[in-house]
Amino acid sequence: MTATAEPEVGRARHRKEDARLITGATRWTDNMQLTGMLHMALLRSPVAHARITSIDVTEAVKMPGVLMALTGQDVAAEQGSLPCVWPITEDMLAPPAPSLAVDRVNFAGEAVALVVARSAAEAHDALSAIDVDYEDLPVVLDMERAIEDGADLVHPDLGSNKSATWVFDSAEAGTGSDVDAAIADAEVLVERTFRQQRLIPAFMEPRSVVVDPSPDSVTMWSSTQVPHILRWMLSATLGIPEQRIRVIAPDVGGGFGGKLQVTPEEVLTMLVARRIGKPVKWTETRTESMLSGHHGRDQVQRLTIAARRDGTVTGLKVDLLADMGAYLRLIAPGVPILGAFVFNGIYKFPAYRFTCTNVFTDKTPTDAYRGAGRPEATFGIERMMDELAAELGVDPLDLRRRNWIRHEEFPFDTVTGLTYDSGDYEAATDRATELFGYDALRREQAERRANGDTVQLGIGISTYTEMCGWAPSRVLGALRYAAGGWETAAIRMLPTGKVELVTGTSPHGQGHETAWSQIVADRLGVPFEDVEVLHGDTRISHRGLDSYGSRSVAVGGVAVALAADKVLAKAHTVAAHLMEVGEDDVEFTAGTFSVRGTSTTMTLGDVVTAANAAHNLPDGMEPGLDADATFDPSSLSFPHGTHLCATEVDTQTGEVKIRSYVCVDDVGKVVNPVIVEGQVHGGLAQGIAQALYEEAVHDESGTLTTATFADYLLPSAVDLPHFTTDRTETPALTNPLGVKGVGEAGTIASTPAVVNAIVDAVRHMGVSDVQMPCTPMRVWKAIHHRGDGVPTTPGAGGGLGSVNVDDQAYPRGGAE
Amino acid sequence: MRITVTVDGMDYGDEVEPRTLLVHYLRERLGKTGTVVGCDTSNCGACTVHLDGHSVKSCAVLAVQANGREVTTIEGLARDGQLHPVQEAFHQNHALQCGFCTPGMIMQAIDLLADNPDPDEDQVRHGLEGNLCRCTGYQNIVNAVRDAAHRMSPGAGPDAERVDETKLVGRTPMHAGGGE
Repeated sequence: MTATAEPEVGRARHRKEDARLITGATRWTDNMQLTGMLHMALLRSPVAHARITSIDVTEAVKMPGVLMALTGQDVAAEQGSLPCVWPITEDMLAPPAPSLAVDRVNFAGEAVALVVARSAAEAHDALSAIDVDYEDLPVVLDMERAIEDGADLVHPDLGSNKSATWVFDSAEAGTGSDVDAAIADAEVLVERTFRQQRLIPAFMEPRSVVVDPSPDSVTMWSSTQVPHILRWMLSATLGIPEQRIRVIAPDVGGGFGGKLQVTPEEVLTMLVARRIGKPVKWTETRTESMLSGHHGRDQVQRLTIAARRDGTVTGLKVDLLADMGAYLRLIAPGVPILGAFVFNGIYKFPAYRFTCTNVFTDKTPTDAYRGAGRPEATFGIERMMDELAAELGVDPLDLRRRNWIRHEEFPFDTVTGLTYDSGDYEAATDRATELFGYDALRREQAERRANGDTVQLGIGISTYTEMCGWAPSRVLGALRYAAGGWETAAIRMLPTGKVELVTGTSPHGQGHETAWSQIVADRLGVPFEDVEVLHGDTRISHRGLDSYGSRSVAVGGVAVALAADKVLAKAHTVAAHLMEVGEDDVEFTAGTFSVRGTSTTMTLGDVVTAANAAHNLPDGMEPGLDADATFDPSSLSFPHGTHLCATEVDTQTGEVKIRSYVCVDDVGKVVNPVIVEGQVHGGLAQGIAQALYEEAVHDESGTLTTATFADYLLPSAVDLPHFTTDRTETPALTNPLGVKGVGEAGTIASTPAVVNAIVDAVRHMGVSDVQMPCTPMRVWKAIHHRGDGVPTTPGAGGGLGSVNVDDQAYPRGGAE
Repeated sequence: MRITVTVDGMDYGDEVEPRTLLVHYLRERLGKTGTVVGCDTSNCGACTVHLDGHSVKSCAVLAVQANGREVTTIEGLARDGQLHPVQEAFHQNHALQCGFCTPGMIMQAIDLLADNPDPDEDQVRHGLEGNLCRCTGYQNIVNAVRDAAHRMSPGAGPDAERVDETKLVGRTPMHAGGGE
């Protein structure tokens, strides 16, 4: 067996996955063709809130190729209610969530009927022959109005549009002092209201489901991030014994939280395939995806920060409204709550209170989207730090330095009760300011202001930390989440010495096949190429909790290392036995066991062969060297970093150009720097897109007006700048690899850096905020103090508030 | 309607509905599932193929419009186990993550390089404007296209035209399709 010369962990390996992806040999769910396969199409409600008074599918069934057409009434008895596994409070209101609406629709895009036909085209054709009568109900769109007394109700049976209110108070928790006292005693007080607009995850691969039923067991292929959770929840929702369900996530084309869901379409495809007894496929159109796949963000944030004149922050109060949309999806109620542990950021705030009310509206349900609660919180605090700096007249970087946790103060118990294990905010910031040329840009900014340049320069800062690596099961239990947060890996040592690694994580672009191979190769001293990573099929990877929340390496990758250690421990015993020496006399280096002080050696491959033959093992030892391990972390992980953005704002047109973007992230130890950098790039793109381009806009009747890529502006290559990225490396102390998560950091950090830069460019013109996305129109209006009287029609990527009609209700730049 | 079309070097004759899009013909009739559908509005470019040597979005072309013409998809680029230099550059520069946009992105990049053999960063970004990627932030895609330009430039030698695919990961990629 070849020994690996260079350590695999930390090596810039190119990805194993690429071979199939660059040649078109990828296995997407929609590629599946099974004998006799039928196709399902869904009719979706065009109205946001209505009673269904009648549905007639008679004509649809007569259409060519159609085998079946069903309404909600037809499946009401068996479809169950879509699961929500995060009841954040004991008294949380949760409406039934049917996959196919039965007698009411609660958002535009909700499925009301289905057709099964021989081809997808015939199924879609037949939808137009279904006749539905709707009786309109009052449409609830605006969160603030929804929670007023006497408001129209999304779910009248619940008696309120407030699903739950969740509170964390540092005085009550004993983790800090009373925030009201801090506010009463404040020398300086800054209050702001920010709007986190609604976003659409917009993974590139549309969702697709194929179900192959058989009397014995049913197999579902789904474009999902969570095959294990999906299997569990399908069983719980439909009452099918779990052992008779096999879920396979083949190659999955992105997710970003958008495929962390148990969808109506998965349930319905399962139902109709079982009913017909033939394989059935459903693949969504992009517009269906944008209408009915869950959305993200959508909060109103009321923030109050109290400080002394010297810049020391004395308290932070956070009041949130979070839009759940029409139903509570899988983990939706908990998403804004995650922000509770991030609003304090990297700072030593003595007093803190976080209150969040989750609100129902007649809009597409929300749930996790890259960062899930933490981008919103990071935006809030990093914008507030800039606002406080402006109020005090100090450099925003100096204000942060005054308040952040110094590196010698780790581990640090924060005001939220979490303990940050490690970090070095000084190092990351020093490196970022150096790469950025902070002082030179500040000088240029001053010159441009002095000259009255029509193009003004702004500098935006985001010194973030986040919490990821979901998660310690005990923490999840304390937060009333229904499941655990551990992860599993299993190593199969094959007779030829090759390795199969089974992981419970479920990659959809992250490169686990490469990174996990590196961890195994590093631990066992086997060649990188000899490791095959298996995942995403519940009959191969039977235990797992899947991929989301930047958990894969910090939990699943650690499980891989622990499983490898178990293999080695047993191999060590076997090797000593075979070489007829004591275990203490044997050492292991680069794939080879050797007896100290002699030339006697055995490769791991030889030991594997012997362990499988089992001719001569220690008494009582089981044959084989296979091992599995489950890792439940003791703590979350806390990546951090400093992001700096320089924008040029054309004060005559409102156009924003990112001139320079520098980030220095600390994600702990790195398994593969190429993959890490790629994750940062992609994260930045999505965070910058929130700041500048993207918004899901509903009109006054609740219709999503941004339901295509022509209207919902995903940035293209010309819309994004070149990123300058670097890393500092402070190992995590709470897992043996020293790794922290990286999947969400770029998204969490970048949005406030961009908006801070825009505001900084034009603050001298009386601007203290620009609502996201910061379109030219909005920037221009902020500069020219035109809060109203200017056309507000949303354009492509230029939406004007998640609820267009109420856009003016929120404070905007220039109005203060 | 009956069409004859050459796809990735093979001749096909088929009856198709007039409304059938080229991308659906490729995927569903010919099993060319390397070419994918990402949107309904011709914005995303995931379905980009070459029609008579020029890139088109195959969701914006009817199958009947390909009658008598030659189509090249991502599956037709690598020949005799040799990757196209643009494919190799995407691998070497980590220009893909989930890989869904990758076939279209590579086909568009080849077309871009045919028009402009040595594009600067800005020209690459504009040349790929019609192809959306949600994973990479484009930076490594831009790097890959410029790297491919150098690999394909005059003087780079005949070896630059094809790269040994088996060297990628030490095994021949398998066309596993969607099944098991």
